[in-house]
Amino acid sequence: MKAAFAALCGMLLLVLTAGSALALEVRTAILRIDYPELLPISRFDLKPDDLGFAGAVLANEDNQTTGSFLGMEFAVTERATTPEDADAALDAILAEGFDLLVVMARDGDVLRLADRAGDGVLVLNATARGSALRNDACRANLLHIAPSNAMVADAAVQFAMWKKWSRMALIHGSNPEDRALGESYKRAVAKFGGRLSETLEFEDTGGSRRTDTGHVLVQRQIPLFTQKMGRHDVVLAADASNVFGLYLPFHMSDPRPVMGSAGLRPVTFHPAHEAWGATQYQRRFERLSGRYVQEADYEVWLAIRVIGEAVIRTNAADAATLRDYILSDKFELAAFKGQKVNFRDWNGQLRQPLILYDSKITVSVSPQEGYLHQTSTLDTLGYDRPESTCTAFKENG
Amino acid sequence: MKLLSLLFATSLLATPVLANKVFVSNEKSNTITVIESDSWEVIDEFHGGNRPRGITMSPDGKLLYVCASDDDLVRVFDAETYKEVYTLPSGPDPELAVLHPSGNPLFLSNEDDNLVTVVDTETRTVLAEIPVGVEPEGMAISPDTKWVINTSETTNMAHFIDTEDLAIKHNILVDQRPRYAIFTQDGSKLFVSSEIGGTISVIDPNAEGGPVLTTKIGFEVPNVQPEWLQPVGLRVTSDNKWLFVALGPANRIAVIDVETNEVVKYILVGQRVWQLDFTPDEKYLLTTNGNSNDITVIDVDAQKALKSIQVGQQPWGVVVSPN
Repeated sequence: MKAAFAALCGMLLLVLTAGSALALEVRTAILRIDYPELLPISRFDLKPDDLGFAGAVLANEDNQTTGSFLGMEFAVTERATTPEDADAALDAILAEGFDLLVVMARDGDVLRLADRAGDGVLVLNATARGSALRNDACRANLLHIAPSNAMVADAAVQFAMWKKWSRMALIHGSNPEDRALGESYKRAVAKFGGRLSETLEFEDTGGSRRTDTGHVLVQRQIPLFTQKMGRHDVVLAADASNVFGLYLPFHMSDPRPVMGSAGLRPVTFHPAHEAWGATQYQRRFERLSGRYVQEADYEVWLAIRVIGEAVIRTNAADAATLRDYILSDKFELAAFKGQKVNFRDWNGQLRQPLILYDSKITVSVSPQEGYLHQTSTLDTLGYDRPESTCTAFKENG
Repeated sequence: MKLLSLLFATSLLATPVLANKVFVSNEKSNTITVIESDSWEVIDEFHGGNRPRGITMSPDGKLLYVCASDDDLVRVFDAETYKEVYTLPSGPDPELAVLHPSGNPLFLSNEDDNLVTVVDTETRTVLAEIPVGVEPEGMAISPDTKWVINTSETTNMAHFIDTEDLAIKHNILVDQRPRYAIFTQDGSKLFVSSEIGGTISVIDPNAEGGPVLTTKIGFEVPNVQPEWLQPVGLRVTSDNKWLFVALGPANRIAVIDVETNEVVKYILVGQRVWQLDFTPDEKYLLTTNGNSNDITVIDVDAQKALKSIQVGQQPWGVVVSPN
């Protein structure tokens, strides 16, 4: 075993010193679907034109720095499209010979694009969070960088339980994605032994999100909406559509903390995060893009780094070899989260800590202390192996 | 008991021990704590610049070099008076530095710019900037001074920089987030700690055809989650027998038999144990415990923790004066 390992190291050294004569080319395409959307409630949440793409460029630089020592050439190609033109955009990417693809799109589109790309293409879902994509609707060629709604809800509810805020009220929006997120919160409350005191639905009546001095109306509307709520320690807000969540803190009838889509939010990353060397990441990102990082940027960065790490360790660039390595227990990646991230081999979901963010600082990081697991404490977030209904990964099982 | 302390006192009288000063950089309180190594009493605390982290001393014990990370420079203090005598340019956010055994130059890692900066400690100028991997961190120099090693945290490599022409001659891939590097005194082994990978890479720097990774050492502690076994600071005894590894949030020091690469013991210390240094006689090993605001004194021969000493907030680095 030792001899074999030494031989492997020898081979690796050979690769390291071989130089550019055998330059390995690694090309990844990023396809982003831009949906017609209302402007967000807060202009802090405006989507920059290079959303996600800036993360891709940074990750490519990071990969290339290592690649330049190893004789590897990394490149990323960014494409933005509309929902109508998405299939054609994918076809064009495939015609150019890409077999590594990062997709930024909603659940249904991610699924359709992964199927259209076919088994020979490794698709990384950067941003879609639906739990179904990781369960019944999972696909063997589709890996998930974004956390599922279930992981996000578990991250918030673990913290609430750690605080002993066990009586939780849920307010979800009226759109299907809000209700789905709400279901994830219900599941999380039951999973960690909290009590769901009541569930309210906030109706999306359409119209603009912001109006001049709109806060006057909000200040009357939200206390009215919440005044009949029973006793609760904390409110969980499930507002995937970004319609009402931000209005809840300070306006609710009872003075209670809000978690989820407003107040204390579970996020993959935020621009004030500095622990575990993240300061350097922030400065590199800001120097490159001239703005603060958003979750989608980090998620795409992570996707491209996952590919880069697999290429660097396997010295291969084909989708099949990379997929095998990424799903193996050899794969690990440092992601400024205090512990390595890797993949669940039963559904292709990236395990990762989630940051609880109050819009200024990192308040806490989940999983919380005391939530133990026989494999990885990260598997206390989301659907664990025994609960998974995904079958497309059985050959890894 | 009284007899014992009397005995102890007389034995102290019989063999007078020269006290050494222990300097601890406190990342949060922006101070340097000074401790005397015979009484283990805190004798002073002085301002160390903003966010002091890496800390080292000149070979003659007269000057103290402190990487003041938030000031983007190295502060140099008189080790007797604790007065700042001058500063050295470092580039942004200096974290760790290694001094040439002659006292000049100083090799610094600049995490922000992916550079190793070489600073002349006499003329106080930057001699060279060497492009390395992303987020350079650990720095080491080989006992024959032929190689300076830099580890890059996102590139996950140990870069071998030739001290003659300051060019990178070799790169060795290691596990995730390499933090610290150290040679054995005989130069036969180079150890690199990977914080997130949770391993120590053992590198043969003198292999035919260039340096080669020979093995990796992992850790296992009952009832400690494997993800918290995060090796950071390293020290190896000058007889090349024992490697001590700070395991970060696992709150333990691992003791490794250098000959067999086996972990022989785990010593419980304070919380988030970070960096290490020996007293010059190597009787004691000191550990900075960032989240319990103290340092632990370890008996090197007995491989046992003796006591802990309260210092400033979030102790990061430690150096013991050579005289």
